[in-house]
Amino acid sequence: MAASETSKETILRYAFGNVLSFFILVLIGVLAFSIRLFSVIKYESVIHEFDPYFNYRVTQYLTKNGIYDFWNWFDDRTWYPLGRVIGGTVYPGLTLTAGTIWWLLSSLNIPLSVETVCVFTAPIFSAFASWATYLLTKEVKGAGAGLMAAALLAMVPSYISRSVAGSYDNEAVAIFALIFTFYLYIKTLNTGSLFYATLNAIAYFYMVCSWGGYTFIINLIPMHVLLCIVTVMTSEHFASFLVFIIIHVVALVYYIKGILSPKMFKVAVTFVVSIGVVVCGAVLAVLIALVASSPTKGWSGRSLSLLDPTYASKYIPIIASVSEHQPPTWPSYFMDINVLAFLVPAGIIACFSPLSDASSFVILYIVTSVYFSGVMVRLMLVLAPAACIMSGIALSAAFDVFTRSIKFQLPGATENSERDAGETSSNSVVAQNDVAKTEKNEDAVKERPSKKNRKKEKEKENVEKPSVKSQIKKKLLILPLEASIIAIFLLVLLGAFYVVHCVWAAAEAYSAPSIVLTSHSQDGLHVFDDFREAYAWLSHNTEVDDKVASWWDYGYQTTAMANRTVIVDNNTWNNTHIATVGTAMSSPEKAAWEIFNSLDVKYVLVVFGGLVGYPSDDINKFLWMVRIGGGVFPHIKEPDYLRDGQYRIDSQATPTMLNCLMYKLSYYRFVETDGKAFDRVRRTEIGKKYFKLTHFEEVFTTHHWMVRIYKLKPPKNRIRGRAKKSKSKASSTTGTKRIGTKKKNPWH
Amino acid sequence: MPKLALFLILIHFLPFLCTSFSPENPSSRRVLVLLDDLALKSSHSVYFKSLQSRGFELDFKLADDPKIGLQRYGQYLYDGLILFCPTTERFGGSIDLAAILDFVDSGHDLIIAADNNASDLIREIATECGVDFDEDPAAMVIDHTSYAVSETEGDHTLIASDDFIKSNVLLGSEKIEAPVLFQGIGHSLSPANSLVLKVLSASPSAYSANPKSKLSSPPSLTGSAISLVSILQARNNARILISGSLVMFSNRFFRSGVQKAGTPTKHEKSGNEQFLTELSKWVFHERGHLKAVNIQHHKDGEADEPSMYRINDDLVYSVEIYEWSGRSWEPYVADDVQVQFYMMSPYVLKNLSTDKKGRYFTAFKVPDVYGVFQFKVEYQRLGYTSLSLSKQIPVRPYRHNEYERFIPAAYPYYGAAFSMMAGFFIFTAVHLYNK
Repeated sequence: MAASETSKETILRYAFGNVLSFFILVLIGVLAFSIRLFSVIKYESVIHEFDPYFNYRVTQYLTKNGIYDFWNWFDDRTWYPLGRVIGGTVYPGLTLTAGTIWWLLSSLNIPLSVETVCVFTAPIFSAFASWATYLLTKEVKGAGAGLMAAALLAMVPSYISRSVAGSYDNEAVAIFALIFTFYLYIKTLNTGSLFYATLNAIAYFYMVCSWGGYTFIINLIPMHVLLCIVTVMTSEHFASFLVFIIIHVVALVYYIKGILSPKMFKVAVTFVVSIGVVVCGAVLAVLIALVASSPTKGWSGRSLSLLDPTYASKYIPIIASVSEHQPPTWPSYFMDINVLAFLVPAGIIACFSPLSDASSFVILYIVTSVYFSGVMVRLMLVLAPAACIMSGIALSAAFDVFTRSIKFQLPGATENSERDAGETSSNSVVAQNDVAKTEKNEDAVKERPSKKNRKKEKEKENVEKPSVKSQIKKKLLILPLEASIIAIFLLVLLGAFYVVHCVWAAAEAYSAPSIVLTSHSQDGLHVFDDFREAYAWLSHNTEVDDKVASWWDYGYQTTAMANRTVIVDNNTWNNTHIATVGTAMSSPEKAAWEIFNSLDVKYVLVVFGGLVGYPSDDINKFLWMVRIGGGVFPHIKEPDYLRDGQYRIDSQATPTMLNCLMYKLSYYRFVETDGKAFDRVRRTEIGKKYFKLTHFEEVFTTHHWMVRIYKLKPPKNRIRGRAKKSKSKASSTTGTKRIGTKKKNPWH
Repeated sequence: MPKLALFLILIHFLPFLCTSFSPENPSSRRVLVLLDDLALKSSHSVYFKSLQSRGFELDFKLADDPKIGLQRYGQYLYDGLILFCPTTERFGGSIDLAAILDFVDSGHDLIIAADNNASDLIREIATECGVDFDEDPAAMVIDHTSYAVSETEGDHTLIASDDFIKSNVLLGSEKIEAPVLFQGIGHSLSPANSLVLKVLSASPSAYSANPKSKLSSPPSLTGSAISLVSILQARNNARILISGSLVMFSNRFFRSGVQKAGTPTKHEKSGNEQFLTELSKWVFHERGHLKAVNIQHHKDGEADEPSMYRINDDLVYSVEIYEWSGRSWEPYVADDVQVQFYMMSPYVLKNLSTDKKGRYFTAFKVPDVYGVFQFKVEYQRLGYTSLSLSKQIPVRPYRHNEYERFIPAAYPYYGAAFSMMAGFFIFTAVHLYNK
C-alpha cells in the first residue's frame, strides 16, 4: 500500500516536473528571442553589417523568382566583369529557411516583408538553439543540467553577437543545426534507434546546407567514435589483450634466446632493432617529403590557419585582413563567454563522474572547440554552446549537491529528506534513468528478446551496478549546512553577474547594426547614417548599369542597397580581382584611373572616418590593400608606404603614400573642414593638405564625410600642346623672350 | 515592325547628333566668322562663297564687336566658328578663351587662321588644341628650295608646298595637282598627341625664323617637323582646322598661278582653293562622319534580343554604319570593321561582312566562359569620326537541367553509386533475414 502511494507520489512529482520544465523551456525561448531585440528597439528593424545584406538580397531573389531560378542564379552585378554563380557557390540553408518562413506566412495571409522575416530569423533560431541545448544536455546529464544549459545558451554573449535581430547570417541557423545534430547523435548513441539515426543524417544535411562549419561535425563525430572504441577496449579487454601480447613477445624472446648462442642473440637483437629503426626512418622521411613537396597539400588556407595560427598572416593577407579570422585575446574570452570560462573545468570534472559515451562526447566537443576558438575569433561561436553545456552541467551538479545537503540537514525533515536525498541523487547521477528511459526499458522487457534487446539489458545491468555504488558514495557527500547556503548564494550571485553581463552585452556591445552608428556626447545622441545616405545617393543619381568600385568590404552593401554593379565584394573568391582593386587604390591617380577605366568603373567609393573619428575606415584598412595588391602585382611594395616601418599619414609620410589614390580620395578638400586637416582617427594633421584631383571628381560626400563618392573623369576632349599656360607665358617666358629678341636685334 | 524599331533607334540617336552637328537640317547651319577687319570679307570672298553655296549661313562680325556671343540662354547660336582675326588680343562681348574651348568641347567646329604677328590669344587657343606655334612672334616659315617662284626674288617666305596628307576622306578623292601657296608662321605638333594631324607639312629644307634678321642661333623649328596646316578631331568628334597663314585663304592666293622652285611646270591656278575647300568640307562634317545605328544581336535562328546568353550559344551580331555625304546618309562600305566579344580582353575578334547597303553582320559562338561580356566595335580610321560602340551582355553557365544526362567520362562513378545502392540493399536483406 505504502509502496503504491509512494509510486503515485513519484509519478505526480514527475508530471509536475515535466510541466514545470515545459514552462521553463518556453520562458527560455522567450528570453532567447527577446534579449536579441535590443537592436530593433534601440535602432530600427534593419539588416546588419555586410554579409547579411548579401543573404537578404539572395532571399529577395528566392522569394521573387522561385527555387529553380535561385539554384541557377548567375549574378552579373557583382565581381564585374566575371560575375558570380550564386546558386552554386552559396550555402542555401539560411536563405531557404527564411524563404520558407516567408512563404508560409504569406500563404497564411500574414503579409510580412522579406526584410522583416530576415531580421527576425536569427532570434527565432536562437530560441530553437536553446531548446536543442536542453535536449542535448538532458541526454548527457539529465533535465536539470539541460534547463541550466539552455538558460545559459539563451543569453551567452558570443552567440548573441551573431544572432541579434538583423544579423541575418549563416551562423544564425547553423548554431541551432550544430547543436541539434549533436543532440540527435547522442540520442542515437543512447537509444541505438534507426529513427534517430535517420533524423541525425537529415539534421546534418541541414547543417551542411547552412554553414561551412559543418566540417567541425564531420571531424568531431568520427573522433568520438574512435574514442568510444578505444575506451571500450581499455575498460574491458584492452589491458588483458595488452598483457596477452606482452607475454607472447616475452615468450618469443626467451625462446629465441634459448635456441641462439648469446653472441648470435646480440646480433639478432641489433638486426631487428636496426631494421625497425630504418623502416621507421624511411616512413618518416616519406612523410616529411610529402609534406615538404607541396606547402598546402591541397588544404585550403583557412583550414591551414586552423592548424597553424600564424599561417594566414604569413602567406595569405586576404584571410589575415579579416578581423574575425584573427586569434582572440584573453579579454575577448571574458567578454564572450564570461563566467562560463570558470565553470567549464567544473563541468568537465562532472562529466567524468561517471564517464558515459554521451559525456565523453561533450568533453571532446569542448576540448576541440577551445582549441579552435584560440585560433580564430570567429570560432568562439562554436565554443559558446559547448561552454554553456559544460557550465550547465557544473551548475546543476553543484546545486544538486548543495540543495541535497541543505535538505538533509534541515531540522524536522530528516526522515523524509534522507529518502529524498537518496532518490534525487540516483536521479541526477544516473542520467540515463529518467522516466522515459525506464519506461522504455520496461517495454523492452515485454518485447520478444531479440539480440539487440539482450545486449541492451546487459548494458543496463552494467550501468546500474556502478550507479548503486555511486549512490552509496554520494550519500556520504553531504556538506555542512552553512557552507551549502553560502555556496548557493555565491552561485546565484555568479549567475546574476552573468545575466547582468549578458544583458549589457546584448544591449550595448552587440546591438549596433554597423550601418547606422551612434555616439553619445554632452549634447545628446548623435546618429551617423552616412552609409545609407551614400547608397541612396548612388541608387538615385547613377545609371542602372554603372559600376562602382570600392574596397571589398562594401561590395555586398552596394549591390543590396544601391543596386549597382560592383567590382569586388565580401565573397572573396578571386584574389587577383581584389588585388587589382587594391593596386588601383595604392597607385597614383593616373595609373589608378587606367585600372578603373579598364574595368569600366564609373564611380569610386571610399569610407573616411577622419572627420568624426570612425576607426574602421579605408585609410586604416589601406595597408591590407597594399599587401593584397602587392601579393599579385609586385610593383606595389609595402615598404614604400611605410616610414621606418611605421604607417603614417602626417608630414612624415612617404611620397608614395601621399600620392596614392586612397590618400587623395580620402583627404581631398579635408583641409576645408577645420582649416588644419586634423584627422581624428589617426590623431594627427595630415601630410599633404592642398591638392587637386586631375582624373577624378568628387560627386558626393555624405553629411559626416564618412562616405565619399568620386566619379572618373572622361579622357580629355583635347590634348594640350607643350607651350606653357598663358599667364606664366605672358609674365615670364614670352616676356623674357621678347626682351631677349629685342636685345638681340636692337636695330629692328 | 522592324521599320518602326529602326525609327525608334534612330530617334534615340537623334539627340546625340543634334548636340554636335545637325545633318538633319543642314540648310540652317550657322557659322560665326570673326574678322580683324571687314575688308577681309571681300578679300577672302571666294572661300566664304564656297561655304555659303554649300548651305552655310555666315555671320560676319568684327572680333572686338561688343555684342558678339556664342551662346544665349544656354543654347549655342552657331554650329561653327571661323577665326580670321590673328591679331585680336581680346574678343568683344562674352567670347573669351574659355568660351571658345567650351564651344569646341560641346562638339562644335572651329577654323583658326593665324599669321606672323598672331596674338597671344590666338596662340593660346591653338595650344589648347595641341598646336604649338613658333614662339618667336616675328618668325615665319622660310624655305630656300621649295618656295614659289615669283617676279621678285623676295625672302622665300611664300612657300609652295605639295606635301599633303594622303587621305581621300580629308582632301577628297580628286588629286590636288597644283602646290598650295603658304605664307605665315609654322607650328609643331607633339608626337604623343594622337588627336592632331599634319595635313600640309613643310619641306625638309624649311625652317622657321625671322626673315628680316640674320640667323644668329639655330632655328627651333626645322624641316618637315614644321606643320603648315593641321587638323584636330577632338574625342567628341568636334573638328578644328588650324593654319599658320590667313592669306592662304585669300582670293589672291586662290587665283594666282604657282610654280614651285626647281620644277619646270607652272600651274595656272594654285591648289589653295581645292585644298581649303575640301578641307572645309571635312571640318564641317560633310565627309568622314560616320554613324552606327541599329545594333542588333540575337541567337542564331531567333529574332528577339535576349537579356542574357548561355555559354556556347550561337549568335548573330549586326550593326548599320552610314556616312554623311553632306546631303544624306549614305551606306558606308569598308572591309575592316571588326567586332570584339570582350571581357577584360577580346575572347572573339571577327571581321564584319557587309551587304554594301550599310549593314555589317557576323555570326559566332559564345566562348565557353561565363561573365559579363561586351560587344565592342572600336573603329578608328584616319579622318573618320571614331566609332566606339559597346553593348553589355551577360553570359551565364548552363542551368542544372541543361547538362547532358549522362557523361561518358563519368560512367565509373555512376557504376560506383549504383553498385553501392545494390550492395546496401543486399546487405540489408542478408542482415535482417539471416541469423
